[in-house]
Amino acid sequence: MIDPIAAGALLRVEGVGVRFGGIVALDGVSFDVEAGRIVGLIGPNGAGKTTLFNCLSRLYECGSGDILFNGVSLLQVPKHGIAALGIGRTFQNLALFRTMTVLDNIMVGHHCRTHSGFFVNSLRLPAVTHEERATLEKAKSLVRFLGLEAVAGARVADLPFGTQKRVELARALAAEPKLLLLDEPASGLNHEEVGDLGTLIKEIRDRFGLTVLLVEHHMSLVMSISDRVVALNFGRKIAEGTPAEVQAHPEVIQAYLGGAH
Amino acid sequence: MSRRQIILVAALVLAAGAIPFLVSDYRTFQFTLTLVYAIALLGLNLLTGYNGQISLGHGAFYAIGAYTAAILMDQYGMPYWATLPFAALVCLVAGFLFGLPALRLEGLYLALATFALGVSLPALLKYHHLEKWTGGVQGIVINKPDPPFGLPINPDQWLYLFTLAVAVLMFVLAWNLLRGRIGRAMIAIRDQHIAAEAMGINTAMVKSLAFGVSAMYTGVAGALGAIAIQYVAPDSFNIFVSIVFLVGIVIGGLASISGAIYGALFIQFVPNIADEISRAAPWAIFGVFLLVFVYLMPMGVAGAVRMALARLARKAQNRSQST
Ligand SMILES: Nc1ncnc2c1ncn2[C@@H]1O[C@H](COP(=O)(O)OP(=O)(O)O)[C@@H](O)[C@H]1O
Ligand SMILES: [Mg+2]
Repeated sequence: MIDPIAAGALLRVEGVGVRFGGIVALDGVSFDVEAGRIVGLIGPNGAGKTTLFNCLSRLYECGSGDILFNGVSLLQVPKHGIAALGIGRTFQNLALFRTMTVLDNIMVGHHCRTHSGFFVNSLRLPAVTHEERATLEKAKSLVRFLGLEAVAGARVADLPFGTQKRVELARALAAEPKLLLLDEPASGLNHEEVGDLGTLIKEIRDRFGLTVLLVEHHMSLVMSISDRVVALNFGRKIAEGTPAEVQAHPEVIQAYLGGAH
Repeated sequence: MSRRQIILVAALVLAAGAIPFLVSDYRTFQFTLTLVYAIALLGLNLLTGYNGQISLGHGAFYAIGAYTAAILMDQYGMPYWATLPFAALVCLVAGFLFGLPALRLEGLYLALATFALGVSLPALLKYHHLEKWTGGVQGIVINKPDPPFGLPINPDQWLYLFTLAVAVLMFVLAWNLLRGRIGRAMIAIRDQHIAAEAMGINTAMVKSLAFGVSAMYTGVAGALGAIAIQYVAPDSFNIFVSIVFLVGIVIGGLASISGAIYGALFIQFVPNIADEISRAAPWAIFGVFLLVFVYLMPMGVAGAVRMALARLARKAQNRSQST
């Protein structure tokens, strides 16, 4: 077990602000994520959850604030350097490589753990063969873990939505992340599948020893598996605490009731 | 590739090697050009088919490769075979440097930028301050290489075999590149560049190197083409060359290695056939061919072949199951 106090915060979000023209998508959001935890990030549509993920992936520039991962500021890291640091993610609206097979998609996930370039690849030097074999092994083990054997050779675009979500998860895991960002992994799943997903996320956390930041609208799922929950509304953090604390928080109740009108 | 596929490819290469001993010298020369185009199309396919960067100006790299070879032979007396690495290097660098600013452009804007390159190069080749090397509008005439080691074959046959050897090498290198980490990264960028970046792919680097490698292939083809035709002149590298290359990769099959060969056969022989059908309006006939191909094989010849093979395999399977 990782001792959360000795380990300190794996991720520290410090006063992050993002604006798009007149819209303030994030407004001075701060919170910590401790290693080994599952942290839920909730909030009505448009609250800024995906924007925060995109800051963590460096797809968006933060206008203000800082993001520290293992004590290192992410703002100096280029977009393509994030995966190698140990931050993996899935996307709210699938972002798979549609013409590639399931297996190839997952193998791309391992890109950041391998190094061979154009020259050695075109000569297919032994180092390349070695690396390829390791990548293939990795991908196959994830195919087995996520029960994708039957579709491993299929083109991703031809698969049902739920299966594609699994492929994205496998692809993210292939990068061997320390922190896994899941953006609405349960959307489009039925009631039973949502329950299975909760079990799966916990199993992934335990098996791969990673930390999860989970954006989700299925409150039952978030509240049942999260160690802590952070609630956003209109780009501001309105509550943070245990699932029970956040659920009972007046501003959270207000935000969700307000969103329903 | 399975063992069977390797044997099949080896048999095809051997069969290709027999061609110059079965057909006339003129046909041999045409097949040499087919191999040259196959290399050029493979280069363009690496960029456009696999990496999703459209180029309407690859004729420029073909020209740069051709002139590199011609100038080195004409001015420096370099043997023809030794010019290939230089043509490759010059075009690799030129392609990479062009690919860097092109990173900012996508889709039709990249098409326009590459079009600008393709359309302006002939004028640059005519530029009088460069005439000392390029020969201006006159161009450069180069000698046909003789077969080495006193081989009992004629120069056309030799040039075909030499070109075939280079083509096989280039195809193997491309196949290696595409079937591994870099090939996956190139396709990933084409399919979903944001996710590709999030997976740790340095998309800027991969895209500009893909541009360089693509230009390198087309440049080597240009050098071989110059050696085969024994002549380079600015007007033989007009924008039409670039367009025809794009036609070739689409007809042959985008993102397909074998598609480069089908496409090369198309751009080499279909204009001739069209010319035989109608001397008055060969391009109209060419256009008809183009429409028929696009209509019947929307995934290119390579796609059609792939589907036909899959259907055959299914049939064979059904038959073996029913007996
Ligand atoms: N690329 C963008 N350009 C303009 N506005 C954006 C962009 N991304 C997000 N926004 C805006 O930022 C706000 C937060 O969006 P988002 O982070 O997607 O919300 P959530 O994921 O919580 O539903 C919304 O008002 C959205 O319209
Ligand atoms: Mg969202």
